[in-house]
Amino acid sequence: MTTSVQSGRPVRFQPLNVGRWLVWGLTAVLFAVIPLIFKSGFAITLLSQMGILIVFALSYNMIFGQGGMLSFGHAVYSGLGAFFAIHALNWVGAGTLPLPVSLIPLVGGLFGALFGVIFGYVTTKKSGTPFAMITLGLGEMVFAASLMFPGFFGGEGGISSDRVVGAPFLGISYGPAIQVYYLIAVWCFVSMIAMFAFSHTPLGRISNAVRDNPERAEFLGYNTQRVRYLVLIASAFFAGISGGLAAINFEIVTAENVSALRSGGVLLAAFIGGAMFFFGPVIGSVIFVLFAVALSEWTKAWQFYLGVFFVLMVMYAPGGVASLILMNLRVAKYRLFAQLRDPYVGVLMTGGVLLVGIILVVEMSYHLTLNFAAGSKTSIFGFTMDGADPAFWVMAFGILISGALSFEAMRRYFAREWGAVQEKIEDQLRREQRG
Amino acid sequence: MTPSSLKLSGVRKSFGKTEIIRGVDLDIPKGERHAVIGPNGAGKSTLFNLISGRFPVSAGRIELGGRDITGRKPFEINRMGLSRSFQITNIFPKMSVFENIRCATLYPLGYKYSFWHRLDALRDAADRADDIVRRIGLKSRNDTMAGLLTYAEQRALEIGITVAGGAEVILLDEPTAGMSRSESDAAVELIRRMTEGKTLVMVEHDMSVVFGLADRISVVVYGEVIASDAPVRIRENRAVQEAYLGTTLTEEAHG
Repeated sequence: MTTSVQSGRPVRFQPLNVGRWLVWGLTAVLFAVIPLIFKSGFAITLLSQMGILIVFALSYNMIFGQGGMLSFGHAVYSGLGAFFAIHALNWVGAGTLPLPVSLIPLVGGLFGALFGVIFGYVTTKKSGTPFAMITLGLGEMVFAASLMFPGFFGGEGGISSDRVVGAPFLGISYGPAIQVYYLIAVWCFVSMIAMFAFSHTPLGRISNAVRDNPERAEFLGYNTQRVRYLVLIASAFFAGISGGLAAINFEIVTAENVSALRSGGVLLAAFIGGAMFFFGPVIGSVIFVLFAVALSEWTKAWQFYLGVFFVLMVMYAPGGVASLILMNLRVAKYRLFAQLRDPYVGVLMTGGVLLVGIILVVEMSYHLTLNFAAGSKTSIFGFTMDGADPAFWVMAFGILISGALSFEAMRRYFAREWGAVQEKIEDQLRREQRG
Repeated sequence: MTPSSLKLSGVRKSFGKTEIIRGVDLDIPKGERHAVIGPNGAGKSTLFNLISGRFPVSAGRIELGGRDITGRKPFEINRMGLSRSFQITNIFPKMSVFENIRCATLYPLGYKYSFWHRLDALRDAADRADDIVRRIGLKSRNDTMAGLLTYAEQRALEIGITVAGGAEVILLDEPTAGMSRSESDAAVELIRRMTEGKTLVMVEHDMSVVFGLADRISVVVYGEVIASDAPVRIRENRAVQEAYLGTTLTEEAHG
């Protein structure tokens, strides 16, 4: 039985890790194949934006989840990287910069890192809450500056560009969106590997140590301020790469790219996915883009739903989606899933009713206040709801309240069973350790 | 005479108007096992915090192996060869036992802030960490998260982290605090083994630990060293008995 126990343990001296090669290989295949499955233009748009955000969120997590630095201004690095990248793209177009378009993200990365060197020197002097405050101020400062210097930042309209420049290389012109997707996919894949490798270097590991117990690290010969500074520069480099990719993808960069909104978004993505796990922000980015790009196609209230989702995650699953997945895998591994089947069905069904209730109320409210010119009637789930008719409100609130009450009961039932299952697993673990 | 490993001259420390350390002189030769004892609030832990650079001194001078370390930062002092443990367990609770120890070996082995080495390929760090884990008796807990260890195990890990960097001077702040008799006996044995050939300075309340381990004892009362001598002589010292130990000392040491 010892082998199965050891499989979940931290990796030790292993020059060649077969499992890891397999995971990365499958990721590469997935990146290559997924646009062949989801072929529509909209799907390619979604996938491209996911790739960009994955790089950004992973870079953010180098300082946040791995390094313990809560930043409210990380868009500064991706945004400034994006501005320099789009200028570089324009210079390439004008023939003044001999650089293939494929390498434009590197320009973003280098300038991201440069600003990491400059701004990080100030921000990383502090840690914890003061660090968070300084990054917030810095973000506002850079945002204001980007509107103050229209010559470089393009003012309200931003800087636009054309990515189809120079002679096509092997038939790649970056005209079609699918070519841009593959450019993003390659950069995303390489960046993921690089950031994963970083987390397995002495500096990466010490940044975990500084996150967990800065004082102890200080008494082991580490200048914690230096550790934070170096990690931030590395993180800003990858943020800049994501900015460069965004510049190529959208062909426009505006002040919004350095805004607090972007900084908040990447924090949300990293947290929802699971900041304590390397792959957490990857999941978070996919979810975030589904909200921001796909759900926003359906409803103006997408940010409301994202907010609710975020609050629920913080309250009930602070480890993010990644932790939910791993916890359930652990339950499955110990063959205890049967005990959770009924609670899961209960929670999901009552949760569904609650969700329908919330959606009805939110959509009717939004429609009534923001879109009244179009009449009080709106179509939700294929049904026509009339916001001016009290009967619909009674129905909506009826569903909402009954959903909330039954969900709360089911949630308690679930929490009880979940706790019991976890206890069984802990027991089992203790036995295995002794045996 | 053996060269001094740690030397304090006229060290003073005030917090606001309160003077906690009032002129301490100490000279600890290389290889000595030195215990600092004294009643609660005498300033023993403060003294450690001054030596290790956690607090700056208000006056005086501290030398480590002949080099002035007064006013240096903790990480600088550590790099110059002094490592300390803490009274309240101070480990990396979310890392495995092995990772805790390995983190302590990286800087001294020269990997510093490297992001161009692959951690798992560093044979020397892994070997040294393995060796320490074995010697502190936590081999079977190698991959356990440090936060899940028992109290005694965490204290052993704390000592392991402290010595893993290979520092010449080891400061242990109440290493057996809160332990049962059998646990603290094991801890004494562990400390003896792990600090072989090094200079050891420890704050300790448990008299059997002190008298079992120390070559020399310094008694701190109200921020001053009132006596610094061999254990036998300390036990007989009139001033020490009156100021601090009374009868409990002889009882505990013999019992």
